[in-house]
Amino acid sequence: MKMSKYQADEKGYYGEFGGAFIPEMLYPNTEELRQNYLRIMEEPGFQEEFRQLLRDYVGRPTPLYYAKRLSEKFNTRIYLKREDLCHTGAHKVNNTIGQILMAKKLGKNRIIAETGAGQHGVATATVCALMGLECIVYMGEVDIARQAPNVARMKMLGAEVRPAKSGSRTLKDATNEAIRDWINNPVDTHYIIGSVVGPHPYPDMVARFQAVISEEIKWQLKEKEGREDPDYVVACVGGGSNAAGTYYHYLDNEKVGIIAVEAAGKGVESGESAATSALGKVGIIHGSKTLLMQTGDGQITEPYSISAGLDYPGVGPMHAHLFKSGRADFIPITDDEAMAAGLMVSQLEGIIPAIETSHAFAIFDHRQFRPEDIVVINLSGRGDKDLQTYIDYFKL
Amino acid sequence: MNRIQEKMKSGHKLLSIYFTAGYPDLEDTVPILEALQEEGVDMIEIGLPFSDPLADGPTIQESSTAALKNGMHTELLFRQLEGVRDKVQVPLIIMGYFNPVLQYGVEAFCKRCREVGIDGLILPDLPLDVYQEEYEELFRANGLLNIFLITPQTGEDRIRKIDRGSEGFIYMVSSASTTGAREGFGEEQKAYFERIHAMGLKNPCIVGFGISNAATFSQATHLAKGAIIGSAFIKMLTREGKAGIANFIRSIRPGT
Ligand SMILES: Cc1ncc(COP(=O)(O)O)c(C=O)c1O
Repeated sequence: MKMSKYQADEKGYYGEFGGAFIPEMLYPNTEELRQNYLRIMEEPGFQEEFRQLLRDYVGRPTPLYYAKRLSEKFNTRIYLKREDLCHTGAHKVNNTIGQILMAKKLGKNRIIAETGAGQHGVATATVCALMGLECIVYMGEVDIARQAPNVARMKMLGAEVRPAKSGSRTLKDATNEAIRDWINNPVDTHYIIGSVVGPHPYPDMVARFQAVISEEIKWQLKEKEGREDPDYVVACVGGGSNAAGTYYHYLDNEKVGIIAVEAAGKGVESGESAATSALGKVGIIHGSKTLLMQTGDGQITEPYSISAGLDYPGVGPMHAHLFKSGRADFIPITDDEAMAAGLMVSQLEGIIPAIETSHAFAIFDHRQFRPEDIVVINLSGRGDKDLQTYIDYFKL
Repeated sequence: MNRIQEKMKSGHKLLSIYFTAGYPDLEDTVPILEALQEEGVDMIEIGLPFSDPLADGPTIQESSTAALKNGMHTELLFRQLEGVRDKVQVPLIIMGYFNPVLQYGVEAFCKRCREVGIDGLILPDLPLDVYQEEYEELFRANGLLNIFLITPQTGEDRIRKIDRGSEGFIYMVSSASTTGAREGFGEEQKAYFERIHAMGLKNPCIVGFGISNAATFSQATHLAKGAIIGSAFIKMLTREGKAGIANFIRSIRPGT
């Protein structure tokens, strides 16, 4: 029945991971979505509107750019998938465009979202403005402080930003608050989750919306190199949405190597890290069975990363399965390595990456590629939102 | 017969109290159980604190955070409950989230429940289908009833399915909300209570969420078998400590 080893089955499982571990209060909401999402996504009208907005509003296709100087430096062939050039500055908008159209089809008029770095919050506020829908974004107090420009952008776009004051006051807690909001508003509200996390069908739905990334890589690489398949696809993993989109059409093509880059914070063993594959155990977070960082007693621990978008104690179930099955190679990258890589890419290619993405550029100190290898790195977002962090770090 | 099922046969409306284990003080678990029994409470839900209680409002979130800070953890709760059955006879239910149970080991958890005399579990984020496929036998073998929730949004077919899959009672969430979110019931709740009553389910319903005083208790139990008070009880504990328990319970059921 299942066509793919690495995509979700009908119940939303990726191997042993996924499913919908939700309180009954959320059952009607997620069930409504589960019963309708594939049908709606397959409607010609839906696809047409989605594609048209991605083209005319988001600016897709995003370029696949051969990074000449970076390639020379590491003696391999490096392509950058330029998601940083999407409207709003990151891949997140691919998903929010899809989900806002979904919300409209389901007749919802109130939108809620969680955000870490603020990129997903901005992308959600943007599509809500576009569609004229009410928008409430939950954001951890800590993140509100370190991502001030994105908070201002959300407000400018007409969204209400509600601080999450519980727990570690970062992405995990913002997600809790959004879920509680949904419990309290089950009828008129759609929850736009920002990554491939949460209960089924979210991981699969978000992955499908982000799959436009690898769909484009295939034909763009064919044009440039005469073949659709690179040797490696590389992406940073917070919850895992840009990675899911980058890998999507290559998941079952085992000739294409998959590299997932996680935030090691101050070091995997430092106690201040967000490297879920290294530190996580199987558990339940935000309605999904996956790998997550927790105590021996099953309390979810507070992660740490310099990058707000990777500061999440779990990982999407697709990625837990890619890790457990050995399909993907997971590499932890520290704050310092990521910051150095961000500076390097800025000065070699004239592109200032988001700190999340900078993690992905630090892999060259950890993996050796052959000169003939084609390595596609998803440049998930641009660094404007992170300028203050870069300034403080490098004393610019 | 399980103590919960026995209790459901009683002629009067049942008052059940929820509190968070390890709150206000780490060693309060058993003293609170004894005080509640002393006041004639019919059933008790012991909350196993969790770092990320998705279905809970601020009061229970805060008591959970405080309990964890106090040092509460799963094994400690079981140690506190060892021997409790010499003193406390009311049905005891552990209410918590699934992840701590999963980490303890579901089988080990069920066995420990049986050893200390727990009668049932409420694990809101363990879905019905997963329970039935993977854990029902284990629960049965350890004499544990698993209690499921329904809400005003739960469809009729699903309510019937939950009714078929339940043995003790159905936990009827009063409104679309997290715990503690409501003060008083309106027409919408009344219609919901009537609708469920008219379904003639095989299991009794116990109403929870938003019950805080004699008025809401009597509204909730007009048609249902009983009601559960959680957040309001915890707020009282925060204000008055264990000394306030007797007055609080008497205020809910004056004259008993
Ligand atoms: C630019 C960028 N890349 C990556 C991420 C991480 O999210 P995900 O793993 O879902 O792609 C974020 C999240 O905010 C982001 O803003």
